[in-house]
Amino acid sequence: MSIGSFILNITPYQELSILICLITLLLAMYFARKPFHRSMASFSKIIHSSMRLSAFAVARSAGLLRQRNKAVLMAAGLESADRALHRELERMSTAIERDLGGYPQLQRQLTETIVQLEEDYTSSAEIPQALPDWVKVIKAVADIKPTGDSMVAKMLEDINETLQNQHRSAVEKHREDVSKRHGILSNMMPSFRSLNKNIEKMSLFLADLIKRAKTIDLFIDEHRQIRQETDGAGQKLSSSSLTQFFTAGLVLLIAFGGAVINFNLIALPMSEMVGGGNYIGPFKTSDVAGLVIILIEVTMGLFLMESLRITRLFPVIGSMDDRMRRRMIWITFSILFILAGVESALAFMRDRIAADMAALRQTLAGVEQSEAAFRMIPTYGQMIMGFILPFALTFVAIPLESFISSSRTVLGYVAVGFLLLVAFLLRLIGNLGFYMGRLISNVYDMIIYPAIWVEGVILAKMQTGTPGKQDAASTKLKESPLLVEEVE
Amino acid sequence: MKKLYIMLGVVICLLAGCSQTENRNRGVFLLLDTSGTYALELKKARSIINYLLGTLEPGDTFAVASIDTGSFSEKDIVAKMTFDQRPSTTNNQKRLFIKKIDEFVQNVSKSKYTDISGGVLQAIDYLNEVGTGKKYILIFSDLKEELADGHIRDVPFELEGFKVIALNVTKLRTDIKDPKQYLKRVEVWRQKVEQRDESGRSHGGVWDRINDLERLDAIFKK
Repeated sequence: MSIGSFILNITPYQELSILICLITLLLAMYFARKPFHRSMASFSKIIHSSMRLSAFAVARSAGLLRQRNKAVLMAAGLESADRALHRELERMSTAIERDLGGYPQLQRQLTETIVQLEEDYTSSAEIPQALPDWVKVIKAVADIKPTGDSMVAKMLEDINETLQNQHRSAVEKHREDVSKRHGILSNMMPSFRSLNKNIEKMSLFLADLIKRAKTIDLFIDEHRQIRQETDGAGQKLSSSSLTQFFTAGLVLLIAFGGAVINFNLIALPMSEMVGGGNYIGPFKTSDVAGLVIILIEVTMGLFLMESLRITRLFPVIGSMDDRMRRRMIWITFSILFILAGVESALAFMRDRIAADMAALRQTLAGVEQSEAAFRMIPTYGQMIMGFILPFALTFVAIPLESFISSSRTVLGYVAVGFLLLVAFLLRLIGNLGFYMGRLISNVYDMIIYPAIWVEGVILAKMQTGTPGKQDAASTKLKESPLLVEEVE
Repeated sequence: MKKLYIMLGVVICLLAGCSQTENRNRGVFLLLDTSGTYALELKKARSIINYLLGTLEPGDTFAVASIDTGSFSEKDIVAKMTFDQRPSTTNNQKRLFIKKIDEFVQNVSKSKYTDISGGVLQAIDYLNEVGTGKKYILIFSDLKEELADGHIRDVPFELEGFKVIALNVTKLRTDIKDPKQYLKRVEVWRQKVEQRDESGRSHGGVWDRINDLERLDAIFKK
């Protein structure tokens, strides 16, 4: 006999049986009301408190992670600023060495020019010889009025002639002296120009130096801000990090496309070398071999970039002594060059195999074989691509470094966001648990409302009876867990 | 030290997992019915062979045999080849294969009887011997078996791991009159291949039938 049929058969009348059962249930629920309310209150509090505690712990972890992210970001920013500052200082040092290295020579040139100018000036300062003083005497004699004496006249004519000759030669001498003086002055012009040029050079160098000094000032200022961990520096670094992440990701995607093309160029001919029907796991051995070659090329590219100190993914390579580093540059470059040559040959082989396959398919289809026009162009194209792509893939190292360094920050932000979301959800669950407990208690009371109503009537009657009992009844009412909760 | 051993163990397991090379080579045995009027259908068979040669890859095995009076014989194998691992050599092998098939199609003589079961047994024997990973037996026939006196073919086929495909199962004149005969013939072959027990569980191979030769790609579909 099932419970349902047992309930229905308590009395001969089903309706009566159901009514009795309902009343019994109502009474049982009424008497269990207080423990039920307490257990529900405890249960909802357990959920609420545990979830709040968990949310607090998660939020604290998020805070710690945020601090850690900031520290990482600042460290990365500081390193980057250090590098930039170092490079700018190196540039400045090179410029100073280049321009000021020739300073003694320039100074000597300037001194020589100045000495030359002084000498020229001194030479040009020599006044041309004036007309001889005796000319005045002769002129005075020549001005004597003729007396008619032929001898005197002859003498005076001679004097006049002599005077004229002397005057002519004096004027010529004077002109010669003046011309010489002008010559000295005009010879001073190149020295002036040289002096001017050297001074202009110096002023340009000084302007460049000032510009570089300003740039260094900016870097130092940025460095200082990062060290002080200012909000501005943090925002700038995080925005720069996000930009780098997406830019580097985009470039890596493009590089991935290049690698896929490269792979397609060498996968088919690799089957000639390692066999076309062998498998490693679910992959063809020839495909794996092609992929390994590309990965080796990328690795060599990374090492080359590290050896050139363009990237800093492997500090061991960067800190090698210059001789060893140069050796490494040559070794990696040689391997890359050989691999590029191999790829080029494989691309050629691919073209031949593909042509052979196409010819076979034409034979199988019963189509007459035709020689394709400009057949060699794709062959050369594939060979050139096969040679260039390994070197192009070398440059993947640069965006890869940016991507790795920026992804650290971005992943940190994502983790913080996730933790905050978890904390929010935990708090939400806690609150939902708390209010669900209250809701269930209220629904429970709603179900047993007839019993509560009867209780209320009885208590009201008791209130109208003795005052002590009235207090007891009101106390009993207040002790109701529901009311306790309301008070809380 | 313990950690080191564990790590070594993991690495060895991984390497072993990688080096486990599953045999993925395909073996295809094509049986060509040369009896009676069906011999006229051999031109169609040529297109099937061309399709298969275009599809099979280095390392795969391909054999073509004729169905005649006594097909359980190596003499009936027209051409058989396991393609080389190098694609260029494979292409040359395929060219040689076509040449052999062309010669066969030109010089084929009609047989009186149709020993399909003998051909299937020969195919099973050959493909098991080659040991390819996937085994396909293609029967280019109307599936009407006619055995010569004294030929006993009540040997059960051991077709586990095989896929048997009937190609171009043409309807005979009697089939047109009574389609039940055609359906019964196909059903008999299906039962022979699948070997289902009373519970309907198959102990044999996989059966398929392709009449539309434009749908040949279904041969290698799972």
